[in-house]
Amino acid sequence: MRQIAFYGKGGIGKSTTSQNTLAALSEMGKKILIVGCDPKADSTRLILHEKAQNTVLSLAAEAGTVEDLEIEDVMKTGFRDIRCVESGGPEPGVGCAGRGVITSINFLEENGAYDGVDYVSYDVLGDVVCGGFAMPIRENKAQEIYIVTSGEMMAMYAANNIAKGILKYANSGGVRLGGLVCNERQTDREYDLIEALAKRLNTQLIHFVPRNNIVQHAELRRMTVLEFAPESSQAEEYRQLAKKIDANAGKGTIPTPITMDDLEELLMDFGIMKSVDESLIGKKVDEVAIA
Amino acid sequence: MSNNIEEAKKIIEEVLSVYPEKTRKKREKHLNVFQEGKPDCGVKSNIKTVPGVMTIRGCAYAGSKGVVWGPIKDMIHISHGPVGCGQYSWAARRNYYIGTTGVDSFVTMQFTSDFQEKDIVFGGDKKLEKIIDEIEVLFPLNNGITIQSECPIGLIGDDIEAVSKKKSKEHNGKTIVPVRCEGFRGVSQSLGHHIANDTIRDWVFDKKTGKPIETTPYDVAIIGDYNIGGDAWSSRILLEEMGLRVVAQWSGDGSIEELINTPKVKLNVLHCYRSMNYISRHMEEKYGIPWVEYNFFGPSKIAESLRKIASFFDDTIKENAEKVIAKYEALTKATIEKYKPRLADKTVMLFVGGLRPRHVIGAYEDLGMNVIGTGYEFGHNDDYQRTTHYVKDGTIIYDDVTGYEFEKFVEALKPDLVASGIKEKYVFQKMGYPFRQMHSWDYSGPYHGYDGFTIFARDMDMAINNPVWQMAKAPF
Repeated sequence: MRQIAFYGKGGIGKSTTSQNTLAALSEMGKKILIVGCDPKADSTRLILHEKAQNTVLSLAAEAGTVEDLEIEDVMKTGFRDIRCVESGGPEPGVGCAGRGVITSINFLEENGAYDGVDYVSYDVLGDVVCGGFAMPIRENKAQEIYIVTSGEMMAMYAANNIAKGILKYANSGGVRLGGLVCNERQTDREYDLIEALAKRLNTQLIHFVPRNNIVQHAELRRMTVLEFAPESSQAEEYRQLAKKIDANAGKGTIPTPITMDDLEELLMDFGIMKSVDESLIGKKVDEVAIA
Repeated sequence: MSNNIEEAKKIIEEVLSVYPEKTRKKREKHLNVFQEGKPDCGVKSNIKTVPGVMTIRGCAYAGSKGVVWGPIKDMIHISHGPVGCGQYSWAARRNYYIGTTGVDSFVTMQFTSDFQEKDIVFGGDKKLEKIIDEIEVLFPLNNGITIQSECPIGLIGDDIEAVSKKKSKEHNGKTIVPVRCEGFRGVSQSLGHHIANDTIRDWVFDKKTGKPIETTPYDVAIIGDYNIGGDAWSSRILLEEMGLRVVAQWSGDGSIEELINTPKVKLNVLHCYRSMNYISRHMEEKYGIPWVEYNFFGPSKIAESLRKIASFFDDTIKENAEKVIAKYEALTKATIEKYKPRLADKTVMLFVGGLRPRHVIGAYEDLGMNVIGTGYEFGHNDDYQRTTHYVKDGTIIYDDVTGYEFEKFVEALKPDLVASGIKEKYVFQKMGYPFRQMHSWDYSGPYHGYDGFTIFARDMDMAINNPVWQMAKAPF
C-alpha cells in the first residue's frame, strides 16, 4: 500500500487534479481510498457526484465521540469503486479543524479503513497552518507528497512553504517530496519556471497539466474528466500523471526549500519580475514616477 | 555577620555547581544572600522556570480560579475546558464562607464544561451556553457566573466574551465574567491574578452599579485576604473593634455585591499585595480611594498595622486602635509566655507564595524564632523590595526554588522547621524535618489576627516539639 498526499495553495486545483489522477490510477486496476482533510469536505465530490454528507467529525459530534462510529458510516464508494472518506470539521471561525484532521486519521487507521487498498491519498487544505494539517506528512502516513502549483508567484511561494514542512518531518518520519505538479495558468514561461523551481527544491516537475476547459465542464457535472470524457486529450494527461506517480514509488527526495530572496531571484531570472533597485522598494507609483 | 554571608554564598555556589552550565547561569540570578542596607534581595524574579527542574509554581488558571475568583461565594465559577483542571482545583483552598452550599453558596462545588474531542474540534461555545442555562435552572440563587478558561480555550479561539454578553442579556443582566486565564499564559499563577483583577475592573466595576448602600466615613474593604481557615474573619473583628466598617471582603467569604460596592469605601486595606495590588491601584486612580498594605501575622506587626490603618482616620479611630492593641495584650502575653520558651532560637526556612514569604517572619520573631531562608514562588521585584524590611543580614533568598535546591539548602542549613506547601511536606518530613504547610495552614488556622497568632504558635510548637522526631533518627 502506498500513501500519498496532495498539497498546494488554496484554489490551485488540488482536489480536481488529485481526483482525476486517482481516477486514472483506478483505471490501471488500483484500489484507492481518498481521505479528504479539508473542513469544507469537497475533496471527493467529483468521485461521489455529490458533496459528502456524512463526514467523520459531524457523525462523531452527533454520536458523542469518534469511538461510537463504525467505518461503514463514513466510507462511501464512488466512480470505479474508489472509496471516499471526508474528515470534515467545524464551520469557519470556530473550534480547531487541525485537531479534527488528527482525530479522523487516527480513527480511520484504527478501524481498518486502509485494509485492502493499493493507494491512500490525502487531500489537504491550502496551507499547513498548524500541526493538525501536517498530520498526513508525519510518521507512517504519506510517503510521498505531490505539490500542486502554477507559475504564479504566490502558488510557488506556497509550494516552497510546503517543502519546508516536508523537510521538517523528512528526517524524523521519512516523508519525501514526490514532485511538483504544474496546473497550467498560462503565465509567462510557466513550464521552464516550475522546472527550475523543482530543481532548486531538489525534486522534479513530475507533470505539466495543460489548461483545458473540459475540466470545467466535467466539474459542473460533478465528475472527473476521466468519467465525463474518457477519450479527451485532458483525460490522457491525467493518465500520464497517474503512470508517472505509480512509477515514482521510492523515488521521492528530501526537499531543499529556498529563501524568499531566492524565489524572487528565480522570477527575475525568467524575466517575470524586473530586477528592482533597492531604493525603489516601498515606493508608490507616483513617487517612482517623480524619481 | 559577614562570616554568615560568606558561608551562605558558599552553600549557594555548591548547590549551583551541580547544574549544567546553561542552567547554572539562569539559576544563579535567582539565588542570593540578603545583605543589610541593600534596596532589594539581589535576586531576579518573575522569569520563566528552567525546563526540567521541579518547580513549585502554578499556572494562570490557578491564579484566577484558585486564588482571586474562586472564593467569591455566591457566584458559580465554571472551569471551562477538559475536566482535569477543574478536578484538581475542586473544593478550593479552604476558603471558609458562610452560606448554604449548593443553594446560595458554591465555593466548594466544582462546575466544569468537561471538554471532549468534539468540543475541541467544533468549539465549546454552544456547550458553554447550555451550561449557563442549566446553572440558572439548577441554582437559581446564584448571583453571577465566571468562566475560567483552561488552556484549550485560548488555542481554539472560543469567543467566551460573546457568550457572556449574550447570556447576560438573556438572564436579566446577570453578571457573567469571561476570564482569559489560560494556563499557558505567563510564567506562573501571578499573571492569572492580574488577569482576574482586570476582569473585575472591566466586567464588574464598569458594568454594574448595584443597590444603593448607606455609606459612613469609616468604610473599608479588606483586599487580598482569602479567608483560609477563617483568616479574614479574625482580621475583620479587629478592624470592627477599631470602629471601622468592613464593607467588602476580597475575596474570602466575599460576594459579588461586595465587589460592586467596594468603590464606595474610604480606604482599601491590602493584605496580599501580589495578587490584588492591581485592582487597588485601579480604585486609587479611578475612584481616588487610597490603599494601605498591612500585616496581621504576629502581635508586633498587627499593632504596627492597626496604627498604620488608623492613621488614615480621625482621632477616635486612632484611640480605638490603641484600645484594641491593649485589649489583646493579655492574650498575646500568655501565648508568648507559653510558647516562647519552647520555640526560642529555633530556625525556620520558608518557601511560599503571595505575601507569606515576608509577612509571617514577624510572627516567628515574636516567638523568638529566626527565619534563615525565604523565597517566593511567583513574586516580582517589588515583593523582594518589600522583603528587605523583614529579613536579617545573611538570610538566604531563593526565587522560584527548584526541588533540588530546596532540599540541598535545607540539608546545609538544618533548620528546626520547614514551612512550605503540600508538595514539599513529605519530602522534608521523610528527611526528618518538622514541617508546617503554609498555604492552607495544614488544615488549621486562622493565623491572621490576635486569635490566629495563638493558633499559629500552638501549631509551630506542635510540629517542632513533636516527640516523633526523636524516634525518627536513622540507625545508620
